[in-house]
Amino acid sequence: MKDYVLRRLGQSVLVLFGISFVVFLILHLTGDPALVLLPPDASVEDVRRFRQEMGFNDPFLVQYWRFLGGALRGDFGQSLRHGEPAFGLVLERMPATFELAGAGLALALVLAIPAGIVSAVRRNTPLDYASTVVALLGQSMPTFWLGIMLILVFSVHLNLLPSSGRGTLPHVILPAITLGLFTTARITRLTRSGMLDVLGQDYIRTARAKGVADPPIVWKHALKNAAIPIVTIVGIELGTLLGGSVITETIFAWPGVGRLSVQAIYNRDYPVVQAAVFVLASTFVLVNLMVDVVYTYLDPRIRLR
Amino acid sequence: MLTALTAPWLSPFDPIWQDIGERRLKPPGFRDEAGRVHLLGTDHLGRDVLARVIHGAQPALLVGVAAVAISGVLGMAAGLTSGYFGGRIDDVLMRLADIQLAFPFILLAIAVIGVLGPSLGTIIAVIGVSSWVVYARVVRGAVLSLREREFVQAALALGSGDGRVVLRHVLPNVFTPWLVVATLDMARVIVIESALSFLGLGVQPPTPTWGGMLADGRVYISTAWWLATFPGLAILFTVLGINLFGDGLRDTLDPRLPL
Repeated sequence: MKDYVLRRLGQSVLVLFGISFVVFLILHLTGDPALVLLPPDASVEDVRRFRQEMGFNDPFLVQYWRFLGGALRGDFGQSLRHGEPAFGLVLERMPATFELAGAGLALALVLAIPAGIVSAVRRNTPLDYASTVVALLGQSMPTFWLGIMLILVFSVHLNLLPSSGRGTLPHVILPAITLGLFTTARITRLTRSGMLDVLGQDYIRTARAKGVADPPIVWKHALKNAAIPIVTIVGIELGTLLGGSVITETIFAWPGVGRLSVQAIYNRDYPVVQAAVFVLASTFVLVNLMVDVVYTYLDPRIRLR
Repeated sequence: MLTALTAPWLSPFDPIWQDIGERRLKPPGFRDEAGRVHLLGTDHLGRDVLARVIHGAQPALLVGVAAVAISGVLGMAAGLTSGYFGGRIDDVLMRLADIQLAFPFILLAIAVIGVLGPSLGTIIAVIGVSSWVVYARVVRGAVLSLREREFVQAALALGSGDGRVVLRHVLPNVFTPWLVVATLDMARVIVIESALSFLGLGVQPPTPTWGGMLADGRVYISTAWWLATFPGLAILFTVLGINLFGDGLRDTLDPRLPL
């Protein structure tokens, strides 16, 4: 048990190193980070001085080492636009992003698990077909289009919900639906197939034979075992949600990390971009680590793998 | 697919031809002064929406096919190596996969494209290079079980080299799951391409892209609903079609594939 957690922890640290390297590389893609960071009209002299100041003339590995040291202390340099530490800017926006991702995930779970269960229990009925069609549409719909259509209907025509900003509950409704629909569709399908698998197993038949009624079979016996793959995917889906926040936040002018990073890219404010990518990717790794550890308590069989 | 290939003949109008006087005609079928019918209306610059939707299929599918080809080949190579040889190289490749999966893909893509500048080649390369993991995992899983099968062991016992065994005996047997993954991934790539164009980082105007049209349409959302609606429907139906095709392919070829 302890070995497993330690091994997972070691893997996560390794992955974090890899992430830091890729984030570092972003700036060096074109070969000359000074030209990327400075405005296009900078003079040759400026460029040379800047290179010297930032240490871009040092060997590649030395530069990476310095970047890594900074990253570990939460220092990604100053934002070129805001003149504040980039890392602080990103952290400031994290709660908003978590709020949105959390709302999207909550919505997905609340809708998807009952829908998946009903689909599995009432297999091949109109209810099942309806949920299948909705799930398929949800998986094929581009997030940003859904967002625009929701604004069109609920903000422009019905004037019911605000189309941008953050603060009150109504503000979060449209972005959460936009962000959560894809995840809802995925979890619905997964719950359905998981439940179908479990419901076909011998112990369920035994329970039925003993005369246990339908509801306890579904809720107590089957769901417990079908829940395992759902918990796994929740960790992975969080990555989808954090990534999806980039687009959703842009559409709804939601003041989170996603919108911050899109603006930073337009403004060529790369310290902020690096900090944002690093923070989001690390969050994803840590959440998945937690999911994995929590699971070994839930299901002892997993430890053996 | 058909639409993309035949766009020049199908489309009733030149997609970039502008006619300010006819701008924002409402669909369906509103005639302009010259009596031409714009079935889906025209946009803020008087361009025919239907023509642009039809032409928008070209960049979407081009990026889809090219990026899937790149990531498919990379993933196949990684999966074969990882599954067949195992050991150290397997560890390294699977850790690389973990790193790749940890990134919020869209964010990484826009960061890279932001640095390198948007062009068709960059977009295809970025999506292609960063989408190999799914293929690698599925191929690796299949190879792990194939390796122990009699015919592979027999070929090895008869003195075939590793390279020959992998290419002649293993590869043909992992092709089916690979093809299914490729089909389903193409749907994902098309959505990503349109998301990038939506953010202004895709194929640049005046080439019509679905994402770009959506971005334009968003600006005029309160006055011209059709501008954002139709390109979105085009994406939806394309992706839905590919997804359904992929599902069907999986059910026919290999119903137990864990996707």
